[in-house]
Amino acid sequence: MPSALVEKYFRADKLPQIWCPGCGHGIVTRAIAAAIEKAGLDKDKVCVVSGIGCSSRAPGYLDFNTLHTTHGRALAFATGVKLAHPELKVIVITGDGDCTAIGGNHFIHACRRNIGITTILYNNNIYGMTGGQYSPTTPKFEKGTTAPYGNIDKAFDVCNLASSAGATYVGRSTAYHAALLTSLVQNGLNNDGFSLIEAISGCPTYYGRKNKKGDAVNMMEWYKNHAVNIAAASKMTPEALEGKFLIGEFKNSPEPEYTSEYQKIIDRMKKER
Amino acid sequence: MKRKHRLMQGNEACVEGAIAAGMKFYAGYPITPSTEIAEISAEKLPLVGGKFIQMEDEIAGMAAIIGASLTGLKSMTATSGPGFSLKQENIGYAAIAEIPCVIVNVQRGGPSTGLPTSPAQGDVMQARWGTHGDHPIIALTPSSVRETFDLTVRAFNLTEKYRVPVILLMDEVIGHMREKVELPDPSELTIIDRKRPTCSSEDYLPFMPEADLVPPMADFCTGYRYHVTGLIHDETGFPSNSYQVADQLIRRLMDKIEMHKEDIITWEEENTEDAEILLLAYGCTARAAKAAVKALRSKGVKVGFFRPITIWPFPEERVRELAEKVKTIVVPEMNLGQLVLEVERLCNNVTKVERVNKINGEIIYPEEIIRKVEEVL
Repeated sequence: MPSALVEKYFRADKLPQIWCPGCGHGIVTRAIAAAIEKAGLDKDKVCVVSGIGCSSRAPGYLDFNTLHTTHGRALAFATGVKLAHPELKVIVITGDGDCTAIGGNHFIHACRRNIGITTILYNNNIYGMTGGQYSPTTPKFEKGTTAPYGNIDKAFDVCNLASSAGATYVGRSTAYHAALLTSLVQNGLNNDGFSLIEAISGCPTYYGRKNKKGDAVNMMEWYKNHAVNIAAASKMTPEALEGKFLIGEFKNSPEPEYTSEYQKIIDRMKKER
Repeated sequence: MKRKHRLMQGNEACVEGAIAAGMKFYAGYPITPSTEIAEISAEKLPLVGGKFIQMEDEIAGMAAIIGASLTGLKSMTATSGPGFSLKQENIGYAAIAEIPCVIVNVQRGGPSTGLPTSPAQGDVMQARWGTHGDHPIIALTPSSVRETFDLTVRAFNLTEKYRVPVILLMDEVIGHMREKVELPDPSELTIIDRKRPTCSSEDYLPFMPEADLVPPMADFCTGYRYHVTGLIHDETGFPSNSYQVADQLIRRLMDKIEMHKEDIITWEEENTEDAEILLLAYGCTARAAKAAVKALRSKGVKVGFFRPITIWPFPEERVRELAEKVKTIVVPEMNLGQLVLEVERLCNNVTKVERVNKINGEIIYPEEIIRKVEEVL
């Protein structure tokens, strides 16, 4: 029996998803639906856009206006949707490869414009759909099928990247910390400008297996034991923070949103004529 | 009615045509020799309640117009060779997802950065087959400033009517040339809007074609919640791995254009009744060909003129008919022979086909065409 949330926001006839057993993406997608429920959005006025990859299959299961686009381009398509109809809630679901490798340029510019798009980046540290190649978020020295001797690239911190590029709401959670994830997405939806929520999601099939992280449960336990909320971290010593990573709300500093700035031009020109 | 004449550039006429056709969204990236189209759109669109955005790259410009079009706004982007290459990825998306959009390519010399900013006609085959896989496309080629206006309106009408990306294949000469034009009154224009569903949202199948093979298209976020993908999909819009679904979808997309060829294909011809030699040219080269016909006719040479206005789909039937009547077809074009391949195919070694090619960034002059005709006489 699907839950009331699934019943309301998912295309139940499209389930089960294509994701592997133990994948965190189902939990993350459910957290997004929960955030939409809490934000009280009108389903008809929500547009969910994705690119290509494991995470980008999520919109197909969600009962909104859903747009599954080309690899890396979700934010560019979403920019067209949002600017054309600023009254819509536009959500982008993307992955680490989709958003920060092939779509990296679109990502920094969407942040810079502060356009009203809520982006949820499912970060599984690997290219899953193509079978386990290293991505821009694969930690240094870890392995992928295209990094058989260890990855020598330095990984992106996608939250820092979004903050520096101009996103006005930034947060991180994991598939283990689903309640936090829901509240971050909800806050992101409430921000008029560009929001980036990084959702760390375990890929036991490729990232986990290649890097001896154990099974799905082991990976969840690892998130549980290594994530530290930014609020708690401020009271911790550097030694206690060694080997940990931060979750929580990193930035919440609203600024004028792009499409409303554009509307001001239209209104001004109307007056001047 | 008092007519207003204006001195206008082809690129300017393109924006005038787009706005007359109902363009409400433009996304693009600066590139010579198409930049004026972006600049004038940036100036004019907010005045008609429309939106302009300069995106971070050419790919994003193409993506953004697809997104905007899905919400119901008539959308356009413009570029030149290098940008046209980058747009191909999402042109394919627009073709498979059947999203109306107009792509203007003001051609310059290639390949790569090539010869900025001299004219060329080297993107004829890229306009047809630039994106991967079998896909439908319509491409129109203006050869004057006024025609750029008319064909931009037509490009919007065709893309709305058939839900297929339409390419306005201009060239640097037509884009930058200034001519005295008299634009039609908006009331004289026929403007076509896409078919929208009349059924309830429960009964709506977003990719179920009607008898014309075109499915009605609901504006995104108007109560018809549906899924759009670049994957092979069935009439519900959801992806499918079925061999049958894949076969049916691609064939329908192609048949959608094939079925309406008569409506889509237009051309201009002159002096073809008694012609022994036919000059077949398009874009700026057609102007030189026309001058050559005039000069040759004054010398008593029986030469005719044919200008495909729609180059994709190519006016096969008419060219085949003319090929049966004439001895030789001369095809001047500013490339090393692209559209001539279509002509050769249709002539099937029965009628002689001669080429006049130029790739140095200069236009083809009437004398060069005349020389070729006198050679083959």
